Amino acid sequence: MKILVPVKRVPDWQIKLKLLPDGSGVQTDGIKWILNTFDEIAVEEAIRLKEKGGVTEIVLVSIGPEDVRARLEYALAMGADSAILIKHEGPVDSDLASRAIAEVFKKGDYSMIILGKQAIDSDANQTAQLVAARLNLPQACFASKVVVDGGAATVTREVDGGLETIKIPLPCVVSTDLRLNEPRYAALPNLIKAKKKPFEVLSLDSLGVTPDVKVKVRGLSLPSARKAGRKVGSVQELIDALQNEAKVL
Amino acid sequence: MANILLFIQHVDGRVLKGTLSALSAARELKGPWQGDQIVGIALGSGAQNAAKEMLGYGLSSVRFSEDSLFEKYRAEPYARAIALAAKEQSASTVVALASSSGKDALPRVAVLLDAAQASDIIGVNADGSVKRPMYAGNIIADVELAGPNRVVTVRATAFAPAGQESGGSECALINLAGDPELHEQPRFGEIVGYEISKADRPELADASVVVSGGRALGSADNFQKVMFPLADAFGAAIGASRAAVDSGYAPNDWQVGQTGKVVAPSLYISVGISGAIQHLAGMKDSKVIVAINKDPDAPIFEVADYGLVADLFAVAPELTEKVRGLRS
Ligand SMILES: Cc1cc2nc3c(=O)[nH]c(=O)nc-3n(C[C@H](O)[C@H](O)[C@H](O)COP(=O)(O)OP(=O)(O)OC[C@H]3O[C@@H](n4cnc5c(N)ncnc54)[C@H](O)[C@@H]3O)c2cc1C
Ligand SMILES: Nc1ncnc2c1ncn2[C@@H]1O[C@H](COP(=O)(O)O)[C@@H](O)[C@H]1O
Repeated sequence: MKILVPVKRVPDWQIKLKLLPDGSGVQTDGIKWILNTFDEIAVEEAIRLKEKGGVTEIVLVSIGPEDVRARLEYALAMGADSAILIKHEGPVDSDLASRAIAEVFKKGDYSMIILGKQAIDSDANQTAQLVAARLNLPQACFASKVVVDGGAATVTREVDGGLETIKIPLPCVVSTDLRLNEPRYAALPNLIKAKKKPFEVLSLDSLGVTPDVKVKVRGLSLPSARKAGRKVGSVQELIDALQNEAKVL
Repeated sequence: MANILLFIQHVDGRVLKGTLSALSAARELKGPWQGDQIVGIALGSGAQNAAKEMLGYGLSSVRFSEDSLFEKYRAEPYARAIALAAKEQSASTVVALASSSGKDALPRVAVLLDAAQASDIIGVNADGSVKRPMYAGNIIADVELAGPNRVVTVRATAFAPAGQESGGSECALINLAGDPELHEQPRFGEIVGYEISKADRPELADASVVVSGGRALGSADNFQKVMFPLADAFGAAIGASRAAVDSGYAPNDWQVGQTGKVVAPSLYISVGISGAIQHLAGMKDSKVIVAINKDPDAPIFEVADYGLVADLFAVAPELTEKVRGLRS
């Protein structure tokens, strides 16, 4: 069985982002990019399923500019088998990503798509569900455990009340939560070997996908900062402050 | 003009407070998006009671179904029924609380309605754009959704629960025959297990006081010994950092943050949490923040109204005792 893993490149969450002077976007010149945290988990899960047997090929796909190549190579070095870069310079929202991913799915013989639950730049949390709906496939979002057995996936999901386990037939769509696994690091020799793995570059046009986005960002701003508080010297001082100043006790 | 459909989330017929926040957002959207009426859909056991309750909030019509298809929440049939309700009730906008089910189902609704979706909105602008957080809440975006059909999920902490209103009238069964594919349900598999955290404390999402513990608690045992009595002294819900959840000190649905729950109680007390941006994303809109941490330079102090630099194992029990004393 083949697994498709869509991955997105995002700014490293450890850097403090700055806005462009006109607020139209964030400053991305020279910043460090990473593979979306949840997508690393998705790649890792696909590799673990392959290591257990039954998975023949892990194919990565990303929609974005040429620079995304380096992140795809990193995921190849982790252990994915081949990559597709759908080269596109303009904005990509979850809707556009989902339309492209659905077309790639239709062209291969995939049994499963594993995506991140959310991209940590847009925090949209939509693409997996959109892909599943477009392909009319069952979905298991926010997965913390995935077991594949006899044409079905049994997935434990992190939901509001706790954990829920569902069993869904393949092909299906899974989105990863943080506790699914701890991704391995790609070793240096593998990074060099990864450059020799199959790497296909496509365009949206060649897939018949129009480049329009449904969510247009009109402007960005910084949230209002909280005003600094103060240190208290003892529990008693804290209680006095909560009672008399903040009046929440 | 077209209507705005509210997905009425409830537990056994009791409408979630977050649904009322989503209704507030729907009311705010009515002007800029030229919505005509607000209508609703309730699904699952108790749906009829939930539907009736919402008539008291001025919804002009509410559809419901307690069909066995909807007994337990599942993305596929719920999304289909919500889309069907939108068509039946002439709605071009669908609004839902950004709960785990709201996040799970609404994008599927967006595909079925060929709609644009904004997730987790925190505000509505007069020009019809909506505000939503990005980058773990470090940046707020004003986004415009390509019409005519739109879907939004709503961050409950950003909208006060809607008050009652007159005008509610019609409450009726949804005509499930309108979507033959609904009954292809078995294709989408089944629920085989639940592990629901027991809730003898207030709901994290609704509590007016939240006490949260971090990695510093050191073990599940300590977490219980220190955090549970502290929570009970305040009548609080318990939250946790990702590190505490990952280490197994607390269940997954207690995680507060970018990828966990977002809370904004009147009082948030963090205990042994460093204050990583992903954690702050889930609590920095709390009214009053207290931080207990032994490191005076911990980033949590940058958002705390009151910081106590101390060993939590000494001061948290003392706080528990003193608050208990006040209450009794
Ligand atoms: C994509 C992504 C998403 C994430 N989502 C979330 C999220 O939703 N929620 C979340 O919380 N995190 C999230 N994280 C993780 C986050 O970055 C931090 O790693 C995490 O919040 C740290 O938890 P902590 O503060 O408990 O632990 P630590 O950072 O280890 O902090 C422990 C603190 O306890 C203090 N301490 C130690 N001993 C004592 C003592 N005896 N008394 C008092 N203080 C003491 C220390 O000074 C320290 O400040 C996410 C990370 C990523 C990459
Ligand atoms: N441009 C993209 N290219 C490939 N995959 C993407 C892209 N955008 C989103 N995804 C996938 O969809 C997941 C969820 O993103 P979102 O729903 O947009 O927050 C990500 O973790 C990726 O797996």
